[in-house]
Amino acid sequence: MGGRNPVTWLGSPAFPKAAHEALANTQLRRNLRKATTTIRAKRAEVVSEMADWERLRRAGEAIKDDVLANLDTYLVRLEEAVTARGGVVHWARDAEEANQIVLDLIRAEGTDEVVKVKSMATAEIGLNEALQASGVNAIETDLAELIVQLGEDRPSHILVPAIHRNRAEIREIFSRRMTEKPASDEPKDLAEAARKYLRRKFLSAKVAISGANFAVADTGSIVVVESEGNGRMCLTLPETLITVMGIEKLVPTWQDLEVFLQLLPRSSTAERMNPYTSVWMGVTPGDGPQKFHLVLLDNGRTATLADKVGRQALRCIRCSACLNVCPVYERTGGHSYGSVYPGPIGAILAPQLVGDMHDKQAASLPYASSLCGACFEVCPVRINIPEVLTHLRAEAVEAKGKRTPEALAMAAAAWVFADPKRYEATQKAGSLSRFLARDGWIKRIPGPGAKWTDSRNAPAVPKESFRTWWRRNRVERS
Amino acid sequence: MSSAREEILSRIRAVDRPAGAPVVRDYERERSASDVLALLDERVADYKAIVHRVSEAEVPDRIAECLARRSAKTVVVPADAPDSWRVSGVEWKSDDPPLALSELDSVDGVVTGCAVAIAETGTIVLDSGAAQGRRIITLVPDYHLCVVRADQVVVSVPEALARLEATRPLTFISGPSATSDIELDRVEGVHGPRTLEVLIVG
Ligand code: SF4
Repeated sequence: MGGRNPVTWLGSPAFPKAAHEALANTQLRRNLRKATTTIRAKRAEVVSEMADWERLRRAGEAIKDDVLANLDTYLVRLEEAVTARGGVVHWARDAEEANQIVLDLIRAEGTDEVVKVKSMATAEIGLNEALQASGVNAIETDLAELIVQLGEDRPSHILVPAIHRNRAEIREIFSRRMTEKPASDEPKDLAEAARKYLRRKFLSAKVAISGANFAVADTGSIVVVESEGNGRMCLTLPETLITVMGIEKLVPTWQDLEVFLQLLPRSSTAERMNPYTSVWMGVTPGDGPQKFHLVLLDNGRTATLADKVGRQALRCIRCSACLNVCPVYERTGGHSYGSVYPGPIGAILAPQLVGDMHDKQAASLPYASSLCGACFEVCPVRINIPEVLTHLRAEAVEAKGKRTPEALAMAAAAWVFADPKRYEATQKAGSLSRFLARDGWIKRIPGPGAKWTDSRNAPAVPKESFRTWWRRNRVERS
Repeated sequence: MSSAREEILSRIRAVDRPAGAPVVRDYERERSASDVLALLDERVADYKAIVHRVSEAEVPDRIAECLARRSAKTVVVPADAPDSWRVSGVEWKSDDPPLALSELDSVDGVVTGCAVAIAETGTIVLDSGAAQGRRIITLVPDYHLCVVRADQVVVSVPEALARLEATRPLTFISGPSATSDIELDRVEGVHGPRTLEVLIVG
């Protein structure tokens, strides 16, 4: 055990360099702007229907803080409840251990093909790649994950991993990889093509793999929230179900779900309720999988818990609202973050899960922000992302030493990303890469930033005026 | 195996974790609506499901109408569905003994009841209880006709969860299957039933 944590992708450049490349991709920026603008407006609308939204957010925050404060107690309680209902609970310290557990369980069923419902935990541990290396084919059944898988691509959004692709690109990928090609690039025809492609797989699969949105410690209930019905297919048809979940996904009681089943859909897909939510306890005789395995995953979570400021990232329910409002995410896209967790949550979660501020790429992530605060405002569990970013920046600087060129370069990057106008101007000023050091850090900023990198003396970041700028800009485009 | 368990638990226990603030449940645990059935009707229809308001006596005829409109000839029902639902002119397949997957995949639809419905979110909840059957029978057929009784309808999510039993497998259904994965635009109809039709009785 104890290999590299696959939460960040091997060989990804540090954020400033990756972002610079992404900024040059105008198609990507158009796709993202369109998608995030749509979802922001819809979210605002469904949230405004709820007079008690702020009280729900505070309750969500408090419930998750209670989970973190009593995590050992609740985990043991969950284990007892799941076991009592015929499930088997496994514990995994890291990605490698979790992947091995899942592989052994699949082998025990004598199959080499499994269907999967989208799960951040399994993406985080690189499960598909690990299974493939051992001859097991894991088929992603969520439409966006399928687009990523068939396009041999990386995910770029928590909820909609293929958000960087538009309909024409998706049609092209499907036409290349499916025997029955989509009739057109209308979303309805693309969905139909995916339905046909996956139908036989669902009906014949012996083993399914899922994540979990919530697990209720008291009852052992596992909750999966989804839209397409691919989740229900995976959770209902195969004989064996393997669920991998981070140890922080707990809620203490059944009643707590009343908070999260209101917060999550409105924050993520901007719907009053997502099309399907499945809840089950262990094994139900005669209904659904007759073998159920639950893998509880640490993979850097206990280390994150040990950080007093950083631990609030473990409240995250992966709704992706913070991505959709982030000015940096909107311009650079998800791939620049080099992790399955992009955007503001990725900038605070990925480096903590990696747990090594000497890792240049991970240490660059807390700088991928303008500190505008929009993410905190929308977060359904009130994670103060700007606070954690600032805290992690200090840690990154400490790991490197204050006056090293790297530390200064990181500060320079932060200055550039503190204002979308600034990094767009930097981009326009041309070839930012000329000023990049080989390790991806900015050595000298051309154009408007030159004065700063030359004098090595950071001007104050105009936080307030930036907020005003972003707000006005956001309203205009919504 | 147990060593990973012990190690994770001891890592957690090694951390100083002050108790958080108490959970204050001052959000609305109940909400009222002037016409809860009208609200349910509106919100279910919002997801592009087809909704009808019917009286108790009309149920069999409306089931027959709905099925005829789709030319549905072979239809699944849970074994304990009321006899009055099994109108003539349709070949009814009762899920007792359990139907094979291939059979479920070849029928024209399924008719069930539900456990609870949430008006505010337009959600129907199935709990495998009375007139609902196994989860699979409302998943594989492409058409689901669901009969909701007025006394099963609540306004909000907290009221629904209070009525449900955690021990049963639950499926919350809000409209037909859908995806927002292409340009974050919602399209109805992916893997679950592509058509959801609801009879609100009362
Ligand atoms: S940090 Fe908050 S807003 Fe971002 S994904 Fe997590 S819960 Fe959602």
